[in-house]
Amino acid sequence: MSFAWFVALRYMRDARGQTALILAAVAVGVSVIVFLSALIGGLQTSLIAKTLGSQPHVTLRVPREAPRPLVEPGPDLAVARDVTERAQRLRSIDQWPSVMRTAEGVAGVIAASPSITGAGFAVRGEATSPVVVRGVDPERFLAIIDVRARLIAGRYELDGGGVVIGSKLAAELGVTVGDKLRLSSSEGRDDVVTVRGLFTLGNEGVDGTWVLTGLRHAQALYGLPGGVTTVELKVADVFAAERVAAEVRARTGLRADSWMAINRELLEGLSAQSSSKLMIQFFVIVAVALGIASVLIVSVVQKSREIGILRAVGTPAWRISLVFLLQGGVLGVLGSFAGSAFGALLSRLFEDATRDVTGAVRFPVTLDLELFALATAIATGVGLLAAVIPARRAARMDPATAIRNG
Amino acid sequence: MAEPPPPVLVVAGAVKEYGAAVKTRALAGVDLTIGPGELTALIGPSGSGKSTLLNLIGLLDRPTAGTIVLGGHDTSTLDERGLTALRARMLGFVFQFHHLLPAFTALENVLLPSWGDRGRPTADARAAAEAMLRAVGLADRLHYKATDLSGGQQQRVAIARALAHRPPLVLADEPTGNLDTASSAEVFALMRRFNRELGTTFIVVTHDPRIADQCDRIVELVDGRVVSDRPVPPAPG
Repeated sequence: MSFAWFVALRYMRDARGQTALILAAVAVGVSVIVFLSALIGGLQTSLIAKTLGSQPHVTLRVPREAPRPLVEPGPDLAVARDVTERAQRLRSIDQWPSVMRTAEGVAGVIAASPSITGAGFAVRGEATSPVVVRGVDPERFLAIIDVRARLIAGRYELDGGGVVIGSKLAAELGVTVGDKLRLSSSEGRDDVVTVRGLFTLGNEGVDGTWVLTGLRHAQALYGLPGGVTTVELKVADVFAAERVAAEVRARTGLRADSWMAINRELLEGLSAQSSSKLMIQFFVIVAVALGIASVLIVSVVQKSREIGILRAVGTPAWRISLVFLLQGGVLGVLGSFAGSAFGALLSRLFEDATRDVTGAVRFPVTLDLELFALATAIATGVGLLAAVIPARRAARMDPATAIRNG
Repeated sequence: MAEPPPPVLVVAGAVKEYGAAVKTRALAGVDLTIGPGELTALIGPSGSGKSTLLNLIGLLDRPTAGTIVLGGHDTSTLDERGLTALRARMLGFVFQFHHLLPAFTALENVLLPSWGDRGRPTADARAAAEAMLRAVGLADRLHYKATDLSGGQQQRVAIARALAHRPPLVLADEPTGNLDTASSAEVFALMRRFNRELGTTFIVVTHDPRIADQCDRIVELVDGRVVSDRPVPPAPG
């Protein structure tokens, strides 16, 4: 075994109590880092998954119709005018098949689906409920929102006057699979449809209002033969949605809203959460580093006479500093192993302790190897870095003075 | 007549001053030549510069003026690394307070100089260390922690440590300073034995006239100068 390893390990073994204490401190620090990362990572992943479970990544629609004033005020022209916003009517996207092909050609887009989104009422007997009618191409829509996987009853069939509706809406109207209801659109047309399936997407608004029907059927209800009001896109990387939306906007001239723009508050919340997580982790790392550094500095002072003797009998200064660097590194590595294990345990316990009454996980934690590797790398680096000052101090010690004064 | 063997150590005009504003002169020009195989006592009152001289010879400190030639190497031309390497190969140290490393066993303590110098222990170094510990009568204490040995035993380990790598010159700073009479005699007898058997040169700083009188030569320092340098007449009988 090399001299530096031998002396470093012996010193750590000899000061067992001190070593155990600082190892515990490093382990606690690392477990906080691991636990926080796992918890916040898991929460964010599940929140985003939940959000995107009931909305497309990017939605294309026609631009708002804006009133065009006859005269514009200029530097030498003052205008007194009263501009009234126009009421927005349901309009179809011009040349939507070509728009869809263009959108599909944008890098990052993996699916596109045409649809009609309109307002209306569902009536059954005495019960009347406001609804959002979604006329879709059944197969293409599944790529945007996988309704088939979220069915709780019946089948995903939208042809021949069949509809699939949200489970909350069904409960509101007292209907189930096989029942009929009357659908009237905001354009004043109505039709009787048969409920073929019920879904739960996990979003109250969606589960309480959505009525999915065939595209052709919706076109008839809203008087838009051959037209669609929106084209919905799915992208490969959900966080690239805003960039994709900008590109599609530029190419088509349509309004393109990404889920990121629509859920700005959610994203801001997540990013604030991430920042506070980083901040806590940073200060934990600083505390761990200070702990390791102070233990090693005390150790250098305690052992200054021994260091003087080792130097006197011919040990080079760099080899002495290596002894202390190694101690810092070893404390970091061992502490991070213990801390990773403890952090993982803590995460699992937390996950179990916060299950809801049905036993479902409310706060999922994400533990991956990458996290442990990162924690180990950070702790080892911090250990080495924290040992730099004590190691230099040990190397600079004057042997004659150290031996005389101890 | 055969030429005399080259000296192990030549100190020429060594001056050592401490302090920047108020200069304290610890050594005021010391000349000293030590031949191979000599066992020299360095004596003098407290503050006479004995320890300062020993630190200069031990390459733990540099002189303000003058030169120290150790085994033919002019040490003023060496940097810190060079001095460390020369220390490791030319010198052995025995300190007053034993100064063993408490976390290590007797054998490990004896091995540390060659280990620290080369980075790894060699089989030869280990064999030499074990032989040395046997020679000082500690064959049954090889794996005892330093702190589990008596004062006299610790000092014998220290002598084994100073000699295990067979340095030409061993510096002993009051090696018997805090030992009882019996242990003192034992430790000095060991040094005398290795001086005769291995031909190792010793410089022993001591306050004890009984020790000094058993050496080959006595050098006395007063106020940073050599005031007397005389051979010891062989003991009668």
